[in-house]
Amino acid sequence: MSIQKVRAHISQNEALLFERSSPGKRGYQLPGLDVPPVDPAAALGAENVRVEIEGFPEVSEVEAIRHFTRLSTWNYAIDYGMYPLGSCTMKYNPRVNELVARTEGLAWAHPYQPEALSQGAMEVMARLEAALLEITGMDAVTLQPAAGAHGELTGILLVRACLEKRGNPRKKILIPDSAHGTNPATAAIAGYAVENIRSSERGTLDLAALEQAVTEEVAALMVTNPNTLGVFEENIARVSELLHRKGAMLYMDGANMNALVGITRPGDFGVDVMHLNLHKTFSTPHGGGGPGGGPVAVKKVLEPFLPVPRLKRAGKKWTWNYKRPDSIGRVRAFYGNFGVLVRALAYILAHGGEGLRNATLDAVLNANYLRKKLEPYFDLPYPLPNMHEVVFSDDRQSRRGVRTGDIAKRLIDYGFHPYTVSFPLIVHGALMIEPTETEGKLELDQFADALVSIAAEVESDPDLVKSAPHSTRTSRVDEVTAARRPVVRWKPASTGSQAAG
Amino acid sequence: MRYLPKSDAERRQMLEACGVASAEELFSHLPDEVRLKRPLDLPAGISEYEIVQYFRDCGAASAAGYTGFLGAGVYAHYRPVLVDTVVSRGEYLTSYTPYQAEISQGTLTTIFEFQSMICQLTGMDVANASMYDGSTAVPEAAMMAARATGRGGVLVARSVHPEYREVLATYARYQGMPLAEFGYHPETGALDLEDLERQINDLTAAVIIQSPNFFGVVDQVRAAAEIAHRRGALLIVVFTEAVSLGILEPSAAADIVAGELQSFAISPSYGGPFAGIIATREKFIRQMPGRLVGETKDSRGNRAFCLTLSTREQHIRREKATSNICTNQALIALMATVFMTVYGKQGLRELAEQNLAKAHYLAGKLPLRFSGPFFNEFVARVEDPDGLNKALLKKKIIGGLPLGRFYPELKDAMLLCATEMAPRKEMDVLAEVFSSAGVPSRLVFS
Repeated sequence: MSIQKVRAHISQNEALLFERSSPGKRGYQLPGLDVPPVDPAAALGAENVRVEIEGFPEVSEVEAIRHFTRLSTWNYAIDYGMYPLGSCTMKYNPRVNELVARTEGLAWAHPYQPEALSQGAMEVMARLEAALLEITGMDAVTLQPAAGAHGELTGILLVRACLEKRGNPRKKILIPDSAHGTNPATAAIAGYAVENIRSSERGTLDLAALEQAVTEEVAALMVTNPNTLGVFEENIARVSELLHRKGAMLYMDGANMNALVGITRPGDFGVDVMHLNLHKTFSTPHGGGGPGGGPVAVKKVLEPFLPVPRLKRAGKKWTWNYKRPDSIGRVRAFYGNFGVLVRALAYILAHGGEGLRNATLDAVLNANYLRKKLEPYFDLPYPLPNMHEVVFSDDRQSRRGVRTGDIAKRLIDYGFHPYTVSFPLIVHGALMIEPTETEGKLELDQFADALVSIAAEVESDPDLVKSAPHSTRTSRVDEVTAARRPVVRWKPASTGSQAAG
Repeated sequence: MRYLPKSDAERRQMLEACGVASAEELFSHLPDEVRLKRPLDLPAGISEYEIVQYFRDCGAASAAGYTGFLGAGVYAHYRPVLVDTVVSRGEYLTSYTPYQAEISQGTLTTIFEFQSMICQLTGMDVANASMYDGSTAVPEAAMMAARATGRGGVLVARSVHPEYREVLATYARYQGMPLAEFGYHPETGALDLEDLERQINDLTAAVIIQSPNFFGVVDQVRAAAEIAHRRGALLIVVFTEAVSLGILEPSAAADIVAGELQSFAISPSYGGPFAGIIATREKFIRQMPGRLVGETKDSRGNRAFCLTLSTREQHIRREKATSNICTNQALIALMATVFMTVYGKQGLRELAEQNLAKAHYLAGKLPLRFSGPFFNEFVARVEDPDGLNKALLKKKIIGGLPLGRFYPELKDAMLLCATEMAPRKEMDVLAEVFSSAGVPSRLVFS
């Protein structure tokens, strides 16, 4: 099989800014000062005034744009092609969302400007709140958390505050072994001990094990649904009843909500509190690692504890309500990642109710299509019906000494970003593939062909796969040395840094 | 739908390959009782044109066209055109966290440059790849100090941004972290060092101060550091106005710097998304939360960058991680990186000097509440801050932040900010309205 999607292209070298810098170069011009200048030493005290910013770059405007443009070409991106990172949900980012987030009256709105002059921004938030409630089937939502993990923390603090109010915050959070790492980290920061729950042989929640584990000490179970295998937890409603019987709550990690929108609602299957990742389900750009948005939706029982302030309707106006005695307090200054909220609402408006449901259908169809095409070549350790993602293992390939990480690197040579490697932990050598709804048939076919071709290479020439990627400007990176002797900032004449090659 | 790229014919082929007649069948394993049996109650999808129109209408119902003198953690600075040019490139906008180093060198290199520039600005040895914002960087820094010292208590100055302190209180409460506040000097607006001396003890893990503080006063970092260090606590210095770093001596005495970069070409955007940072000394690197990029080599010996020290992080360490943070603010940090590049060493200094000049021009016309040195924000005395702001609104000016909301003892004061964007004409108008205040508002404004 030949590599169809890519061929070589000029790739420019580029030095670090500090290496490009020379004194006196400038990329800015300030307007003339229309007030008298002030002597810094006189105004601030000489001891408070710095001499210079040592080492800070000085480059021209042309050099600045070339610098960032050249560097950009060293990245892969959704705009180049499929980005099948399971659980991360890399879907197309509509550009109109970028435009509307820059609408002057919204982008330049100061959080402390009068409410009377903030009605447009507040309307955006109110409308998004209403849409998220309809989509999740929950009773109330806060838009304050800055990302999914921040939403998790907020959600668990809500549980804690509610249980405290009932007299006992309890001690433990139960977390399935298939969960994202943020779940246990969150529980720990919220002051809870973590008890890991083994998944059943089918890869789903083990009801019997759970029945044992749910005691009066348990505050909540954190569950991802569909789980990280892409499998819907069919017993979810019973799990919820079981928890509620013991006075515990059901937390849902909404990372995979994009498999459920329009089909089923967490609020209808017994979830008490959940977060959403706006950059997963609602298409806000990942931007190389953020910003995100992590709204937290709750049932009525948790509503009094939501962070302050809360949006409130007062006659014909929106207002911020700070008078909420049971609130956990703030989890972030101001009102949330507003610019991200604008983008999420724009996405919801573009799709509409039916469109959102169709997106779910296509996401699940795409994952099932890939499963069908790849099942003959890769082991599927948990062969249950899958939803928006599918998780294979490298069992067959590892017999030839090739691991999931190697296959992932070889995919790069075929013009694709790797899938999620070695997660979830319950699958040995996982290949976690999530195509999302925004891939067309051609891209999916090319992706499947690439993996089939790599599977053949594993048999014929395993070293070719193990030493991949071969076509990138940067070959395999030595991460071990990076961690052993961390060099995390540029210094003049340090570390043998030379113009990037 | 325009974001779904398949034709019906392609869908049919794919369904056939899956052996089902419709996509609905792929959901047939879901228990019937959990299925939503009605369409979502949301309006039908709309066109791009209508979306733009909707948000334009929302934007019109706002403060567009007003001149503002609000600071208080969110500052109006000019945004160089290059910033949006760069962050609009799909390679930055639509890429994921750079776990796959071979095809993420663009993002990794810019983060490395970001970390380096933050170190240069703050005088610290290491800086992470960003936090959600300044307010959440503060509790993360406090938890870091608790790990580093093996102590639990935190003392925070009342002159730290009130909303940052509220966020800190939320985290501290559920961490079982004893949190207390110490005061500011009623005349200078700087730290009340005697109060700090009184309250610090051998269980204090961190003393948290802000400079310039919430009142705009350049605070006594060295003196606070001396007191903290004498009692074995770490000093955390917070900043909300990053442009001040262009002119102020960095807080070299600090152990951790936690700050907000909104001033570096990040739109006010009704409070977010912004980008926070944590910078610290080399010896605390393994206690840091969040992502870090390090320099290394690829297998051909070329310089390369990768995410590093990830054994601190949640995806490896799970409940023993230094933080639960995962996604940070990468694209926003890139905005700040481009801003720092465009202004550079000289430009950031000049920009800071302009801010200094503007704020001092305005302050020169107003009665000041505090005597401490200030950068581009200060507190003015006014009998009726709300009444004054109402009068200013009639002149299309958004005045300052009335401080009574956060400090009951400062009911007769407002926090004002003048950046390089503050026009002299509006500053003069504001001063005129100010000079007629003090008279009962109904006589003046009716």
